[in-house]
Amino acid sequence: MTRFGVIVFPGSNCDHDCYYVVKDVLGKNAEFVWHQERDLSGFDCVIIPGGFSYGDYLRSGSIASLSPVMSAIKEFSNGGGLVLGICNGFQVLVESGLLPGALVKNSSLRFICRWVGLRVENADTPFTRLMEAGKVVRMPIAHGEGCYFADAGTLGALNRDKRVVFRYSTPAGEETGDEANPNGSVENIAAIVNESGNVLGMMPHPERCSEEALGGTDGLLLFESIVSSLEGRTSPRQTLAG
Amino acid sequence: METYNAKVLVRLKPVVLDPQGKTVLSALKNLGFDEVRDARVGKVIELEIEGGSEEAVRKQIREMCSKLLANPVIEDYEIELNGERER
Repeated sequence: MTRFGVIVFPGSNCDHDCYYVVKDVLGKNAEFVWHQERDLSGFDCVIIPGGFSYGDYLRSGSIASLSPVMSAIKEFSNGGGLVLGICNGFQVLVESGLLPGALVKNSSLRFICRWVGLRVENADTPFTRLMEAGKVVRMPIAHGEGCYFADAGTLGALNRDKRVVFRYSTPAGEETGDEANPNGSVENIAAIVNESGNVLGMMPHPERCSEEALGGTDGLLLFESIVSSLEGRTSPRQTLAG
Repeated sequence: METYNAKVLVRLKPVVLDPQGKTVLSALKNLGFDEVRDARVGKVIELEIEGGSEEAVRKQIREMCSKLLANPVIEDYEIELNGERER
């Protein structure tokens, strides 16, 4: 059965939510992986969850990016394993150099916790294959440092290779205004993948919208996409909400 | 071996928007300091470090900066050792 590892750093706080979605909502194998771990063999997908690893000291994600498990994650991703970094997990991925760019303070300087619209830019990734390009999905964000920054060269490469996976947008898919872009991210970028397409970093929280009781299930589409790419079949739930 | 006191000044690159600096700027203006044209906020990391020579210590600190203390994507740094600065 597909095996998911959920990385736990001191200060992670969305680890249990991710574990719950994988194990109880999807019915797949989930295991917590302590940050001192050096071996990820046997896992199909590794999730770096949200939270405040090491209290966000120095820069969000910077200390966690140096922990032993990150060397294992580099090796794991080089071997084609799927890596999903959510919120603080995205910050850890950019700090570790697995994804380009940086995440800096929200332009409003405020911690923002609300639902956002996300336009699916690329549905041809292992993380979004059950979504439809151009459609808007709804997920919550909860972060103080989620403003994506990259220099012009990096942005050019991301756009050229279709590596921007989600952009913040209005429910209608438009990119303008604060409603569309909550944190000031350059070109409304909310999620990107690495060059080989097996490492995704995203600020929104799919694990917080994987059950109707939580107000939406668009997040589940992302987890189901992962399962369907790993198990090589398409899920019966192919419809896209919104 | 000697003990050196070093300061590492880490700043956001000029191309990176600094909302914290903008907020400090507007607060200064609210206080009546209309002369202030711009404000940017960075951080200072003070190190007490042992080394054989100033040059060796500088080299080590540069390595620390590139590996941890500064993020080259968004930040520049300067090292101050015995009161002398070097970018």
